[in-house]
Amino acid sequence: MKGASMTREKRKIVNVEFIAQTVFTVCAFFAVMAVVSITLYMIWNGTPAIFQVGIKEILFSSTWKPTAEDPSFGILYVILTSIVGTVMAILIGVPIGLLTAVFLAEVAPKKLVAIVKPAVELLAGIPSVIYGLLGLMILNPLMYKLEQFLFKGSETHQFTGGANLISAVIVLAVMILPTVINISESAMRAVSPQLKAASLALGASHMQTIFKVIIPAAKSGIISAVVLGVGRAIGEAMAISLVSGSSVNAPLPFNSVRFLTTAIVSEMGYASGLHRQVLFTIGLVLFVFIMIINIALSKLLKKGENAND
Amino acid sequence: MKKNTVKKLITAIGVSALMLASLTGCGSTEEAAAETTEVVEETVAEDAATEVAEAEETVAEETTEETAENTDLSGTITMAGSTSMEKFANALAESFMAKYPGVTVTAEFTGSSAGVESVLAGSVDIGNSSRNLKDEEVANGAVENIVAIDGIAVVTDAANTVTNLTKDQLISIYTGEIKNWSELGGEDLAIVVVGREAGSGTRGAFEEILGIEDACAYANELDSTGAVMAKVASTPGAIGYVSLDVLDDTVIALTLDDVEPSAETIKSGEYFLSRPFVMATNGEIAEQSEAVQALFDYLQSDEGKELVASVGLIVVD
Repeated sequence: MKGASMTREKRKIVNVEFIAQTVFTVCAFFAVMAVVSITLYMIWNGTPAIFQVGIKEILFSSTWKPTAEDPSFGILYVILTSIVGTVMAILIGVPIGLLTAVFLAEVAPKKLVAIVKPAVELLAGIPSVIYGLLGLMILNPLMYKLEQFLFKGSETHQFTGGANLISAVIVLAVMILPTVINISESAMRAVSPQLKAASLALGASHMQTIFKVIIPAAKSGIISAVVLGVGRAIGEAMAISLVSGSSVNAPLPFNSVRFLTTAIVSEMGYASGLHRQVLFTIGLVLFVFIMIINIALSKLLKKGENAND
Repeated sequence: MKKNTVKKLITAIGVSALMLASLTGCGSTEEAAAETTEVVEETVAEDAATEVAEAEETVAEETTEETAENTDLSGTITMAGSTSMEKFANALAESFMAKYPGVTVTAEFTGSSAGVESVLAGSVDIGNSSRNLKDEEVANGAVENIVAIDGIAVVTDAANTVTNLTKDQLISIYTGEIKNWSELGGEDLAIVVVGREAGSGTRGAFEEILGIEDACAYANELDSTGAVMAKVASTPGAIGYVSLDVLDDTVIALTLDDVEPSAETIKSGEYFLSRPFVMATNGEIAEQSEAVQALFDYLQSDEGKELVASVGLIVVD
């Protein structure tokens, strides 16, 4: 009797196991489906224009006149803007973020951490459109004043009212801060306390220990923080569409510029025919960029794991 | 040994209970999601239903008022022409077909000249043109039926002292030749040229009327009328263009060649920053098919006028 009930129990467990496994598989399949279908859709919609216009013309021409009698679809400036804007945002955001992480992980007293850390986490949760609005209301007028001061009497400069590359870069730099801070902080906290103790015991000062021991030991985590920051910066659309002016120009600091993301957002509404297809191609270019960043990230993480082993 | 099995049993029960809980959790959220979608569908369906019902009511009313012909009217109307008229033509086709279910209206957007060519060649019933017909087109038998007027206002921030521009000045500003308000009699303030994105109907009309297609040097290309208004209102020295119907106190609407932008001055033809929406026919309207005549009658009706106003255009009397 007892044996029979046991097998029934066992069968029940097997059933539960089976059901649970199916549920998990279906859930996992969802994500994979989404990735595969998005990839296929982007390639399907993004490639026709490449053949019609020519990949050279799209990627290496700087004239963007999609609705002209004789249209030209060069997105060189748009690509360059995305690259330059992202690099500049990283150059500003990463040092600030990294030093904040050092502060949080090593320097700050516990009470201060209890204030700063939630503030940083809150920063991560603010919707991008809010960043954009603040940039539009506060940053742009300030930039306009600076622009009027710098280019006073200039014959060649086109005044943009403060909507320029610098505004966009500052907004992006603030937006990547929480990503950089959170990930590099946990990387630094994960550094083995023995390393730190050994360094201090050898007579190194606290600051020497931070810069010579802890940061190098947390290198792979910090690099992945930077790469994720790049991903966030290059994919952002809403905030920078409000502050960058959205004209296609070379990515110079006081020029009104258009990023890959904002190029799609700003013209999708009324675009038709080939123009629309080229916008999908821009999407494909952006997609390739982000894929490259993701692959680089996973390579780096793997390398880091191997190094840690 | 026994303790172990008991433990296992307990864990198994625990796990299955958890699983069940999570499953039902899953189920309920799914159901909830399904319900919301159903609700949405229902409201959509209801809306559609009420719309149809309203449409039917109006149709019914009018049929009783006029003749019983309306509901019997059947046939097809083909249009081709201006891409700027796409929004208007689609709205017209949709509401006209809702009123006369027997009629099919199709619209293609090939450009004004191509549209007039098609109507003269007889391949379509109506040629849409967002400009006045040319003399040779009229000579070939095209009839200009102006159904609506598209008007654009030029706006600056409220502190600007320049209140009037000539056509040439406006062209110079937008092509980047004039860069400072002082050149136009205003203060020493840089001009921030604000415009719409490529593909926008307002931008198309603005550039077409001034004859500066794709020659504009924009400092800001914004993707909505509201964004242009906000940018111009908040930026000293900015200039922008918007549809006439969105003007408010946050900006100044400039007079052009000393003419105020308003429905009256546009209708009288004094204000140059406007263009007619022409639905050209091959020969007079009276010579067209019943369905085409009904379409023009519809545009003359109050309903038609409402439709014209609803897409931001000026009604012609």
